[in-house]
Amino acid sequence: MASGYALWILYFCKQLTMVFLQLFLTFLKIGLFTFGGGYAMIALIQSEVTINHHWLTPQEFTDILAVSQMTPGPVGINTATYTGYTAVLNAGYDTWLAVLGALLASLAVILLPMALMVVAVIFLKRMQGNKDVENIFRYLRKAVVGLIAAAALQLLSVDSFGQPALTMQFVLSLAIFAAVFVLSLRRVSPILLILGAGVLGIVAYAF
Amino acid sequence: MVKYCDLFYSFLKIGTFTLGGGYAMIPLMEQELVDRRQWMSREEFLDQLALSQSMPGVLAVNMATGLGYRLLGLRGALSAVAGNIVMPILFILLLAMLFRHFRDIPVVEHFFLGVRPAVVALIAAPVFRLAKSANVTWRTCWIPILSALLIWLFDVSPIIIILAAILLGFSYGRAQEAIKNRKANG
Repeated sequence: MASGYALWILYFCKQLTMVFLQLFLTFLKIGLFTFGGGYAMIALIQSEVTINHHWLTPQEFTDILAVSQMTPGPVGINTATYTGYTAVLNAGYDTWLAVLGALLASLAVILLPMALMVVAVIFLKRMQGNKDVENIFRYLRKAVVGLIAAAALQLLSVDSFGQPALTMQFVLSLAIFAAVFVLSLRRVSPILLILGAGVLGIVAYAF
Repeated sequence: MVKYCDLFYSFLKIGTFTLGGGYAMIPLMEQELVDRRQWMSREEFLDQLALSQSMPGVLAVNMATGLGYRLLGLRGALSAVAGNIVMPILFILLLAMLFRHFRDIPVVEHFFLGVRPAVVALIAAPVFRLAKSANVTWRTCWIPILSALLIWLFDVSPIIIILAAILLGFSYGRAQEAIKNRKANG
């Protein structure tokens, strides 16, 4: 009886360690390969979190992007925190372990970049004006534009717009997309646009 | 003399009151550290910005790390980063806990039905502006287009694309250098 209990605890710990280890390694990887800020990170997080590990559904992922825009802080940290929490909870553990998972993922995403930045500040003089570094970034910046475009293309889906048919949801979604696209190019604040779209949703779908 | 707690407090303020992601934090950091506290020169701040943009990671955290390290060494970097991210993490945790319970309420559901297409548009809109600042021309537009298509249609990992771009930039630069040298030597 007692040994059965001990075995169960051992199994529980092993499963939990697996979830935590995967979270940690995944967000370590996401942190290391993010170049060019939050938007560029989205494609990377998307491919890891929704496609490779199925920690979030595409819908949950879009929702967290929306929430990130409305709460303070960098998108990368916000997504790491939210994903860490949800992944542990979805694996069947309780709230406090989920909080631990959230903190672990957030730590993982900043760990390597922080270490590299400290090294870079120390070696700054050597890096500035280096031909190889300049050439690498000339190409990297162009590829990052593609990464952001890919994130947008991947979000153009049934999850965000509803079934493509002459339904109210699909037509309204297209209209919101077009309006926000134009207004965002004119530098209207994203917080305002998200709140506006949300209120429009509440009013339109109430009937 | 800069103190750890001042540094922590400055970044706490910036982290708590900036909505809309890391880029929105940059002007606030400049205002706080350069103009208000006068802890560093504008040149040093801009140097750090260029460096932060060319290193991997979350931009705001890169800035906090670099600025904190310049001012107070390793412990300064840790104070600045801790101040910068503690409130955002608490906010999101709170929301994540609440969201599970409120997600199925019709009003919340309808709010997010309206918000989802808006989020997609917010991500799509900066692509063209960024293409301009990355010097994408007709001759080089195949790089972002091919990258986007490979990720979108063939589920290629963005990591592969980044590694390929690094390799391409490095070897293309070296090749050009070699050609230039050969011409110079006759």
